[in-house]
Amino acid sequence: MAFPISIAIEKRTADVPRWMPAATSIGSVVAAFIVSGIVLWLIGSDPVRVYGFFVRATFGSWAAISDTMVKATPLILVGLACTVAFKMKLWNIGAEGQFYMGAFFASLVVLVPLVPAGTPAIVVIPFMAAMGMLGGAIWGFFPGFLKARFQVNEIITTLMLNYVAILWNNFWIFDRWSDAGFQMTPTFERNAWLPRLSDLAREYPIFSGITLHLGVVFGLLAAVVVWWVLERSRWGYEIRLIGDNPHAARYAGINIARNIILVMMFSGALAGLAGMSEVSGVVHRLQERISPGYGFTGIIVAWLAKLNPFGVVLVSILFGALIVAGREVQPSGIAQMIQGFVLFAVISSDVLLRYKVRLVRTRADQNAAGEAA
Amino acid sequence: MTANPALAVRQTINHLEMRNIVKRFPGVLACDHVNFDVRAGEVHALLGENGAGKSTLMKVLYGLYRADEGEILIDGAEVSIGSPTAAIEQGIGMIHQHFMLVDELTVTENVALGLKSSRGPVLDLDKVEARIRELSGAYGLQINPSAPVWTLAVGERQRVEIIKALYRGAELLILDEPTAVLTPQEVEDLFATLDRMKRDGRGLIFISHKLHEVIAISDRITVLRGGALVDTVPNQNVTRATLAKMMVGREVILVQDHAVVEQGAVQLALHNVNALGITGQPALRDVSLEVHAGEILGVAGVSGNGQRELAEAIAGLRPISSGRIELGGIELGGIDVASWSVARRTDAGLGYVPEERMHDGIVQEFSVAENLILQDHTHAPISRGIFLDFGAIAQRSRDLVRDFRIRTPSIDTPTRSLSGGNIQKVIMARELSRNPRVLVAAQPTRGVDIGATEYIHERLLAQRRQGSATLLISEDLDEILALSDRIAVLYEGRVMDIIPRSEATAERLGLLMAGATAG
Repeated sequence: MAFPISIAIEKRTADVPRWMPAATSIGSVVAAFIVSGIVLWLIGSDPVRVYGFFVRATFGSWAAISDTMVKATPLILVGLACTVAFKMKLWNIGAEGQFYMGAFFASLVVLVPLVPAGTPAIVVIPFMAAMGMLGGAIWGFFPGFLKARFQVNEIITTLMLNYVAILWNNFWIFDRWSDAGFQMTPTFERNAWLPRLSDLAREYPIFSGITLHLGVVFGLLAAVVVWWVLERSRWGYEIRLIGDNPHAARYAGINIARNIILVMMFSGALAGLAGMSEVSGVVHRLQERISPGYGFTGIIVAWLAKLNPFGVVLVSILFGALIVAGREVQPSGIAQMIQGFVLFAVISSDVLLRYKVRLVRTRADQNAAGEAA
Repeated sequence: MTANPALAVRQTINHLEMRNIVKRFPGVLACDHVNFDVRAGEVHALLGENGAGKSTLMKVLYGLYRADEGEILIDGAEVSIGSPTAAIEQGIGMIHQHFMLVDELTVTENVALGLKSSRGPVLDLDKVEARIRELSGAYGLQINPSAPVWTLAVGERQRVEIIKALYRGAELLILDEPTAVLTPQEVEDLFATLDRMKRDGRGLIFISHKLHEVIAISDRITVLRGGALVDTVPNQNVTRATLAKMMVGREVILVQDHAVVEQGAVQLALHNVNALGITGQPALRDVSLEVHAGEILGVAGVSGNGQRELAEAIAGLRPISSGRIELGGIELGGIDVASWSVARRTDAGLGYVPEERMHDGIVQEFSVAENLILQDHTHAPISRGIFLDFGAIAQRSRDLVRDFRIRTPSIDTPTRSLSGGNIQKVIMARELSRNPRVLVAAQPTRGVDIGATEYIHERLLAQRRQGSATLLISEDLDEILALSDRIAVLYEGRVMDIIPRSEATAERLGLLMAGATAG
């Protein structure tokens, strides 16, 4: 005898309500934590205690929140970089490389040096930020140009340029600017450090040990700017137009080639700013492996945020928290596992937006009911 | 009943019935308790306007939609058709309007695609080919089984689709507007094939909105309107007028604007324009024509004879290999715009209503307001510098929605949720709001309901009165004859002749469309 209830999946013909995309995203994050909890329970630990510990480690104190936000900062910027490109269906997989080039160019200000020693931070910091964005933009320009001019697949070029950027950095760190043979440059002078809350510890003891730096403000401002550009500006209209229907864009007389280059540079600049923010705000030197793959995590962040700039901020905080939590628990893979489940759940939750899923009683059961009556 | 009914191989379908079929979409009752039946050995035409529920009903039958209510019976036994696969298993085949063929594969490979080979993992293409020859001989479906599909003409591709369905054991064939893409000669061949299949005891459902074809081929005619069944009548003593009245629900009078408009200077001129099509074949050959201010020049022709390339070449979306395209009268002095960008041509006063409206004309995800500013988004008052002025956009959109009677819940509604007719009105509103000097309108009423069609015709004529030069490209001869001052006929990318409307008859145009040179 057949199971009396079957699942009917039908394509949606009407628009989903406005609240639904956000609700399914939140619902799937919750589902991911539940599934992860089951796995934790199966391996013999207590999910409630583990999650409790996670929350304390990531949001339990001002210092914990600060740690989480410090980790979230590069993810916000890189996530925004991917968002901008993905909005135009331009698959920039090269945020990692653009991040490194941003870090490199920003470091040039100190290491060449481009400013005399003792230049005040108020000059050095904006200069470094501009250089970081320039470096990322240059690294975005090449794949953008190649795609616009010769239709070279940007997925391949951006991916490959990641390795070029990382090795380029290594060359300078190992060979030219090595600090006493270590794979890092000497520490920057204080005027090249992004201001941190702990700098104010003398006046406000509450900030003691709080390493949150100005980069987070860059990230939040960038989110507002990206939102404004995409939703309110003429350029953003063209970006969305090209992304949604390139044929209509061509028909409307929009210069697609120019937009490909500009968007790749904008995207690269945001990733480059993330690189600057890390060298200037966290490590205070150029060194190997300044990014544990932020550029790639940014792709996931942008995707989970459904290309919404403010969503990027929220998802980045969640992922920042998972990175911090991963440092605090054994085995550290648990945080990564949760990250994987979140990604899996959010992407599959799209089914609910495109299809109606209903439980229906099968015909056999209806007949049986009819006979019974 | 001991045998599993799913395993019983059905040899024939003597009588297929759809009873009280109801299909609801949010806010729309697409099928309202519709009854429909086909018998073996008959052609049953399904007639109705776009949106009448023809395709919904057939999609229910072919398992693409699930009916909310109602039942389907084959020879008196209820069947459940949950997917096209299930439909094929029941012996139901469908020939879609857009062919589902793989261009790179041969006819035989296309037919075999997705089927199990009789030799397990080894292909049995020789057997498939033999069967194709058998079918093509039996039904007069001329085809070379080893030809790659991309080398085939449209009519031949349709034959491949029919063979595909027959090969899969289709006892009952649904043909969705099969004549839309055919020349008159190919239509005759198709009808001969349909006749043979009918004699062979197959049931045929013929979907169309061309009344004379319906009268020519069918045994019975069912008319749907607004999702409901109007009537099913035997094909005896029916006329085009009675069928049209059943379809629309009122007398249809084609309003013709015979008002004489004084024609002005030449606004659009093409001199010996040559261009390649998508496949790299010559699509336009030495096309020369002129359109004057206050004139509608109709371009007639069977689909795929260069109409699309002609429109794209003028709009600037397709490069031309030689020739001149001149835009504008005295003001522009007939400048050759062949090297100009789309945006520059638009600024010079060119409006373009593209043939593939969902593909080229709008962005489905964008709101009505956002679609209404396409191309204008770089100009004041829509934008100032890098800013978009949302107040001005809303103002413009509300005005256009009102002026063009676009039926939409709001200007922020995603355009994809509008009906075909209203989407076309969005495009017309946008293009006409710039009051173009030259308007290229490609298939402006294809797939649009009669109400919107009448309105679009009205606007085109109004534009003519205002002195626009209009190039009306259409495959609908009635439309061309009703609106044009002169008519050019395209055949294989060549202008066969340009004749004044007063001298144009459907017969004469039909000959030119088939490539016969005027004697």
